[in-house]
Amino acid sequence: MDRYTTHEHDVLVIGAGGAGLRAAIEASAADVNVGLVCKSLLGKAHTVMAEGGVAAALANVDDRDNWRVHFSDTMRGGQYLNNWRMAELHAREAPDRVRELEAWGAVMDRTKDGKILQRNFGGHKYPRLAHVGDRTGLEMIRTLQDHGIHRGITVHMEATVFRLLKDGDRVVGAFGYDREHGRFLLYRAKAVVLATGGIGRAYSVTSNSWEYTGDGHGLAYDAGADLVDMEFVQFHPTGMVWPPSVRGILVTEGVRGEGGILKNKDGRRFMFDDIPDLYKDQTADTPEEGWRYVTGDKDARRPPELLTRDHVARCIVREVKAGRGSPHGGVFLDIAWIREKIRDSEAHIRKKLPSMYHQFKELAGVDITTQPMEVGPTTHYVMGGIRVDGDTQMSTVPGLFAAGECAAGLHGANRLGGNSLSDLLVFGKRAGEHAAAWAKDHDAGTVGEDQATDAMRACLAPLERDGNGENPHALQRHLQTMMQDHVGIVRNERDMTHAVEQLADFRARAAVVAAPGSRQYNGGWHTCLDLPNLLTVSEAVARSALDRTESRGAHFREDHPAKDPSLAGHNTVVRRASDGTMEVSRLPIPALREDLKAIIAEMG
Amino acid sequence: MPKATFRIWRGERGDGAWVDFETEVSEGMVVLDAVHDIQAEQAADLAVRWNCKAGKCGSCSAEINGMPRLMCMTRLDTLPLDEPVTIEPMKAFPHVRDLVTDVSWNYEVKKRIKPFKPRPPDAADGTWRMAQEDVERVQEFRKCIECFLCQDVCHVLRDHHKHDSFIGPRFLVHTAGLEMHPLDTEDRLADLKEKQGIGYCNITKCCTKVCPEHITITDNAIIPLKERVVDEFYDPIAKLFRIFRPKKTE
Ligand SMILES: Cc1cc2nc3c(=O)[nH]c(=O)nc-3n(C[C@H](O)[C@H](O)[C@H](O)COP(=O)(O)OP(=O)(O)OC[C@H]3O[C@@H](n4cnc5c(N)ncnc54)[C@H](O)[C@@H]3O)c2cc1C
Ligand code: SF4
Ligand code: SF4
Ligand code: FES
Repeated sequence: MDRYTTHEHDVLVIGAGGAGLRAAIEASAADVNVGLVCKSLLGKAHTVMAEGGVAAALANVDDRDNWRVHFSDTMRGGQYLNNWRMAELHAREAPDRVRELEAWGAVMDRTKDGKILQRNFGGHKYPRLAHVGDRTGLEMIRTLQDHGIHRGITVHMEATVFRLLKDGDRVVGAFGYDREHGRFLLYRAKAVVLATGGIGRAYSVTSNSWEYTGDGHGLAYDAGADLVDMEFVQFHPTGMVWPPSVRGILVTEGVRGEGGILKNKDGRRFMFDDIPDLYKDQTADTPEEGWRYVTGDKDARRPPELLTRDHVARCIVREVKAGRGSPHGGVFLDIAWIREKIRDSEAHIRKKLPSMYHQFKELAGVDITTQPMEVGPTTHYVMGGIRVDGDTQMSTVPGLFAAGECAAGLHGANRLGGNSLSDLLVFGKRAGEHAAAWAKDHDAGTVGEDQATDAMRACLAPLERDGNGENPHALQRHLQTMMQDHVGIVRNERDMTHAVEQLADFRARAAVVAAPGSRQYNGGWHTCLDLPNLLTVSEAVARSALDRTESRGAHFREDHPAKDPSLAGHNTVVRRASDGTMEVSRLPIPALREDLKAIIAEMG
Repeated sequence: MPKATFRIWRGERGDGAWVDFETEVSEGMVVLDAVHDIQAEQAADLAVRWNCKAGKCGSCSAEINGMPRLMCMTRLDTLPLDEPVTIEPMKAFPHVRDLVTDVSWNYEVKKRIKPFKPRPPDAADGTWRMAQEDVERVQEFRKCIECFLCQDVCHVLRDHHKHDSFIGPRFLVHTAGLEMHPLDTEDRLADLKEKQGIGYCNITKCCTKVCPEHITITDNAIIPLKERVVDEFYDPIAKLFRIFRPKKTE
């Protein structure tokens, strides 16, 4: 049998996006030995792609803002399925976490009096997103990376964790391989933090990169942890739709925050046609009022384009289905129109949305300062994930922590834009802190040799088939199409039941995929090893979505198009049953604390 | 659909050969799409780095028809398709496999650059005040996506292999971003001169030409740094002047 190299750490952080980096920095501040593993090079994680901003009630632009408003906005956006303790901690702590970035060198856009500037975003009552043009994620990840590399953290780049290792009930390490040489690695750790991001690669139209195969979700599930809220997958309303090769690439909500409007092929601003009751009081009555809002008039209410993402995405689907879409099956997003309102609008747009300008110019040949963009929904974010304790971020498995997109709770049924970057900072820090504390209280545990041998055997199998099996890239593409068609934005029982059946087939096919070639940087082999996780999350989404026989937040069932009040009181949980099958159950949501209840009542 | 030929450098650790792949081309495709199609249909083990597919992460650097570029931002309709499109790995770094090179040297270099050291906060709540005009200059440098294409094209690294004594344009940009940061108080000029080889740069501007983020590497970052080094070490009057004038108010 093959050999492996062993590394020992007190805390092992898996994932080097915003959440993982922040966790690693915090753990190393507690004076424990920290290892950080990531599949790509450092600084290339998904966080780098975030555009619009990071939400925090700094109240630099509108002094009426405070954590209580942010808390209530987050809960309303999540349709009250959120873990309210997380929503509270997030709203309270985000401002300090953002200011801390500045102390570490981040350079965010400024207000006239020299403070951090904040912009409008969907579902946030006041301008709340600190940002740098439309490349906020780059600023954030680079700041954390440049700070982190001087903190004595051991970074294992381009290494993929394949399995978690256990001693009895407890997680005590991880097994993986380095992508460059294909050599095996065994990490022993007293505590493990998962910060692996999302699952978008389960769908064919997505804003997510190859990394988003739901590894953290799959690893945790296999180790016996609960996953929660997996039916809630966010389809961002505005992805690129044309040309085909860029379909799915994100168009930031910042475009709408800066005054961009949505129109159908007849030029109608269709978002005014359907405004949900929950938001009637907060939404502008006229285009004129909407424009006043985006230009900072505190008495105006926000335009309907800035309603929550789930709603905007469904309105777009409705227009397209009714035959009122754009030529390539989307609708029009127009920022160029602001030339009617402001002088020198072209320079203004290029300044506020530089990477959008660049992206459309280079990839679609469209000049957004003079022409409308064509946009449509794209798979963007998963609200569901590893179930964690709100204060410590520990999962239901001892010694295993999770933070960032792979953890669940903060966002409930729908995430507000900007609340992810702040989530990474707030809960990345908490996970790092509590993982370090756990590591100080526990010994290293023991890892049975059989766990390593077994993992190595599973890793090598696709290579040993010598190319006699299905191409893993092709299999992945089929799976994505199946999920897009059957468990996408608009769902029903028949399609999803069919999906669950198909997934069993896919599992059988994935068990015999083959990767030709050597172990050196072999993308085909790596894809073979990612497939099991992708299948786990696909099944978790489909089964959870079947169980929730109503429409709520990002989860829309055409066979149950209304909200069902009797389903408002629980989260959907999946876990691995003793016979290896996936078990779905309903977990009641604990009663809201009185003071938090009062805040929600007060904010209306 | 029309077809085009992609001539890709394949091999391990420097040993390799050109291999031709023919694949279908559709409207709006970029080079990275063609590479992915080849992976899915003809060569599952083709090694390539990528993440964002939108020019934001700087992973997919390669040399396309001899030019250092991002594969995800190079549209096929900007290339002549009646002849093979060549795709090869960057040359300034050790080869790993196919289109992938070992860029770890860059991460080591960055660790040796003195980190950000802010002045004490301006306000009682621990925050600072900065004017938008003042942050814009460093924001240009902070746009860098670490694609290392500028490193690849710089003759000091590519042809003269001065990796031990020259940090390359990417890290001169990084240092400029720190030195011109309105809050920073660290001094990196001695390191630039002694350890980081700023003197090797003879302002050929090749780096600026390939930067996908359009950072004016030479004019805005390297030349001002060179001037500061000259002021500090070769011009006693300017140096005297500096002593009386705090570094960050110039
Ligand atoms: C285009 C785009 C724009 C966005 N804009 C915004 C925005 O403006 N505001 C906002 O709040 N949110 C935004 N989001 C969402 C937000 O960026 C992400 O949710 C967030 O960055 C996720 O961070 P993370 O730290 O959880 O994971 P990531 O940053 O994705 O990092 C995951 C890490 O885990 C590693 N990893 C994964 N699996 C393994 C494994 N098996 N072994 C080892 N390592 C592994 C990866 O290599 C990577 O380092 C945007 C998302 C996209 C796609
Ligand atoms: S200008 Fe200087 S850094 Fe840039 S390529 Fe030329 S020699 Fe290298
Ligand atoms: S300066 Fe430009 S070319 Fe150089 S690494 Fe940064 S983005 Fe790439
Ligand atoms: S894939 Fe991110 S820059 Fe090309």
